[in-house]
Amino acid sequence: MRLTVTDVTKAFGGTRVLRGASLTVEEGDLAAVLGPSGCGKTTLLRIVAGFESLDSGSVAIGEREVAGLPPERRKVGIVPQEAALFPHLSVARNVGFGLPRGSSERVEECLELVGLAGFGDRMPHQISGGQQQRVALARALAPHPGVVLLDEPFNALDRSLRVSVRDEVRAALKRAGATAVLVTHDQEEALSMADTVAVMREGRIVQEGTPASVYAAPCDLGVATFVGEAVVLAATSDHGVASCVLGDLPQRANGVAGKGRVALRPEQFVLREPGEGVGGLVERVEFFGHDAAITVALEPGTVIRARTRGDVPHRPGDRVGVTVEGPVLFFAE
Amino acid sequence: MSVRRIPAGLLTPAAVTAALALLPVGYLVVRSAEGGLDGVARTLLRARTLELALRSLGLAAVVTALCVAIGISLAWLVIRSDLPGRRLFGILAALPLAVPSYVAAYTWVAAVDLEGFTGSVLVLTLCSYPYVYLPVAAALSRMDPATEEVALSLGRGRSGVVLRRLRPSAAAGALLVAMYVLAEFGAVAIMRFDVFTTQIYTSYRAGFNRTPAAVLGLLLVLITLLIVVAESRSRGRASYAMRGNPARRPPIIRLRAGTRALALAWSTALAGLAVGFPLAGIGYWLLNGSSARVDLGELSGAVGATLGVAAAGALLTTALAVPVGIIAARYRGRTATFLEQSTYVGHSLPGIVMALSFVFFAVRYVPAVYQRSPLLVVAYAVLFMPAAVGAVRASVLQSPPVLEEVARSLGRTPLQTVRAVTLPLALPGVLAGAALVFLTAMKELPATLLLRPTGMETLATQLWAETGSGAYAAAAPYAALLMLLAAVPGFLLGRRSLKETT
Repeated sequence: MRLTVTDVTKAFGGTRVLRGASLTVEEGDLAAVLGPSGCGKTTLLRIVAGFESLDSGSVAIGEREVAGLPPERRKVGIVPQEAALFPHLSVARNVGFGLPRGSSERVEECLELVGLAGFGDRMPHQISGGQQQRVALARALAPHPGVVLLDEPFNALDRSLRVSVRDEVRAALKRAGATAVLVTHDQEEALSMADTVAVMREGRIVQEGTPASVYAAPCDLGVATFVGEAVVLAATSDHGVASCVLGDLPQRANGVAGKGRVALRPEQFVLREPGEGVGGLVERVEFFGHDAAITVALEPGTVIRARTRGDVPHRPGDRVGVTVEGPVLFFAE
Repeated sequence: MSVRRIPAGLLTPAAVTAALALLPVGYLVVRSAEGGLDGVARTLLRARTLELALRSLGLAAVVTALCVAIGISLAWLVIRSDLPGRRLFGILAALPLAVPSYVAAYTWVAAVDLEGFTGSVLVLTLCSYPYVYLPVAAALSRMDPATEEVALSLGRGRSGVVLRRLRPSAAAGALLVAMYVLAEFGAVAIMRFDVFTTQIYTSYRAGFNRTPAAVLGLLLVLITLLIVVAESRSRGRASYAMRGNPARRPPIIRLRAGTRALALAWSTALAGLAVGFPLAGIGYWLLNGSSARVDLGELSGAVGATLGVAAAGALLTTALAVPVGIIAARYRGRTATFLEQSTYVGHSLPGIVMALSFVFFAVRYVPAVYQRSPLLVVAYAVLFMPAAVGAVRASVLQSPPVLEEVARSLGRTPLQTVRAVTLPLALPGVLAGAALVFLTAMKELPATLLLRPTGMETLATQLWAETGSGAYAAAAPYAALLMLLAAVPGFLLGRRSLKETT
């Protein structure tokens, strides 16, 4: 079902944690709420689930206003950080916890959905961390909730495991056709998994959109640097051209001009022979295999970090020329 | 966790528990007030009252100081030194908890001519040093060796920083010892050393005017509370919390040969006096007594009565403790704090004082239960509530609250969540708490003495009666059974502290 959060505020003691947060998730979408720790994203999630009360605003699931309801009457499924399976119950009974007695068919169905058919008789401590996380998802999905909330569900997993569990969770959510909200501070996770990304800062959602649109057109410098890497340089803009130490660059149209800053994505930099573009000295080469990051000190005293293909011909100490490809982001002061 | 409303299904029973726990103190205040200001002043201003206060406090101070010295030295030897047989000494050091103080007092009185202050200090110290030993030993084995290494690397000795970090656990143990000594009745009565508790018993027995007994009882409660407050003030603001488990075990320190022999002698002597001596004494009287015609009927009657009231007490205590324990673990706010703390009143209330208040209350308002077993069972519940609430709270805290949130999100109401998630997960701890109450109730003397039904004798009261009339051999089987019963939790505690050392 569609989730609509409107103008929610919440203060703990004197600390205002949410300052009018609004968020809409369309039916069947997976939305990621992305923000640094302390931005209020977990509080927002707990308010949607009903574990915290809101001070003002509204939370609607479908057409139903749920802000005054206790958690057990909201039909909101949750997948907590560390799976939090009931340790005294078997996997099947964990999944069946929210179902009426004798719903073993639905339990099997949900286990199949997360790729764990036949695991029902195991106890939680007998399965791996990634499997526990999937059981937690099956448990949340079993009673056909209106919305599923995932609270940094991959944090406790090993890096190597994270990517595969992420894919499995996304696939299961899509198969179930569930509306889901994923809370995370990991931008890679948010961008790669979600249908829409909502960037949260200081108790507000500052931008909502598809991962590609948020990355390509961040609403301000803060979002630009938080979602993806960016090199920020002082600049002035006039008639769609931003001038900075790297020359006069075409500005991505946003109708802003005057004094400000440009944000350049690392993949926009192109390293060339010395003499082309702005000259610089290679300081450091970080090789990742599929690509590489090259730190270059430009002659005016600015340091940039460029992303290139993995087969870099450059070594630290080399002289290079730097040019910029594509339109750049400009933000007024 | 924010302040949430406590569901009525938990709040109502918890409120009943709190009311029950506050009843004895409350009624004592009412009863003292009835004597009028005059009556109160007369009792308070008697020279005898001051003398009693000095005797009680003096005894508590000396015993506590000795217990701290013994507890810390033994804990250090067992956990940190290469004392031969330190694992065995680890078990032995916890065992005195299994010796009821009045049983120990009986064995000393029966064997040597030892009475008064010296006798009381000896018996109470030997019985209560584990209250310091156990928390200090636990703290020592959990202590991060890095702190010590930092101190050494900065050119300081290790003892300073170790002692500093032991302060909270030693202080907590010392507080327990002081409260235990102030509340002690059986052992000091057997040693014929007059303190508050024995005087309260005497004035109750003497009885037409009961105001003095009530006033003395209240004064004792006040003194105990003062000590509790002083301890929590002195704790200061330094944080002693551990962050996670230390990566390494603290290193074992080698003793020099001479020191080692001394340490061995010291540990052996303590174990011998605290555990060996009572056992030997009981054994001697079992085998050699001339008054040893054991009435089997009387003995089995006492066993049956003891098991019966103790089991009922454990059941009621646990049932009353569960709602409060859950609230204490899971809710915040004034109501939750009040409910939890009110059940701890029993902690600072000497058994004899609480029993006295129940007697007053029952005689006046519910004479039907006076000297009937339900009253005794309720008294046990109030007396042992702190232990039961503590056990429930600790075991509930062990499972993360997120489990309960998941249950709520899956459609369970707060009470259904308690039944399906909180209680099943906390069950082992709750049962352990119930077992502890059961075993403690079996050894209880002063409240049982005042509140038992006419004609009913428990093991404890029978031992008391036989010792009082000098029939040491006749008392021996009761003492032996009590030791046996009490050995169980002592054994368990010893095993736990052993687990921590290995």
